[in-house]
Amino acid sequence: MVNYKEHRLDRTFGALLDGTRRAILAHLERKESATVSELAEPFAIKLPAVMKHLDVLHEAGLITRSKTGRVVTVRLRPEPMREAMTWLRRYERFWSKNLDRLAAYAERKEAEARNGRR
Amino acid sequence: MTSLTLVRRIRARPSIVFEALITPEGIGQWWGPDAGPVLLAEVDARIGGRFRVRFRMLDGTEHESGGEILEIVEAKRLVMSWQWTSGGESEENGEVSRIEIDLKRIDSGTELSFTHARLRTEASRASHERGWAGALDKLVRRFETEHSA
Repeated sequence: MVNYKEHRLDRTFGALLDGTRRAILAHLERKESATVSELAEPFAIKLPAVMKHLDVLHEAGLITRSKTGRVVTVRLRPEPMREAMTWLRRYERFWSKNLDRLAAYAERKEAEARNGRR
Repeated sequence: MTSLTLVRRIRARPSIVFEALITPEGIGQWWGPDAGPVLLAEVDARIGGRFRVRFRMLDGTEHESGGEILEIVEAKRLVMSWQWTSGGESEENGEVSRIEIDLKRIDSGTELSFTHARLRTEASRASHERGWAGALDKLVRRFETEHSA
């Protein structure tokens, strides 16, 4: 169970590494749903390349695809992202506070080192 | 696989920042998200060396984390595996992640860049077997340097 979840998070982060895929997700976040050709439009890449990106996003569970006739509609599936964001946010708070304290301590030591030399 | 990166500019020279990161005396002064005390800090500052930090937060809860040093370059770089060993978020117990810290000298002192990334399961297992993941990284970097020279 834990391994499964870890694996899923890895896939989410893996999918988010690519700029085109992040742009596709951002587009879906604004629009709710879009067709594949609508998604391909802003990018200077061919449709098959867009399809490949959509496959990665789909495997990571970040989108759903539904077909009506010849038109494929893509929708955002935010759950995995939410899970990843929870992880990020929790650690961002934790480390941010830690690093503030580290910085304050190091700056104190620097001031001491300078005063000691005089 | 980068997940979270924070950058801080610190008005202190890199050697001082590095000492604060790697010595038990230094860690004891700042580790933890609030003013609660560090209860224990152990660091074996070499590749393959372990570290352990235990702290108490102001709400009274105690947390302990530890890991293994995968890379260490004096006043420049520190890479370690990292996990909560107690008191962490329950769903993350036993999960190993990776922390990379780079220090860069700047006019005002040091630019510290901190990355907390998830290790893939295979990668974490491999790095626990003698930390060769770190050694491999170094090899790749050396190759890149030679290549660009």
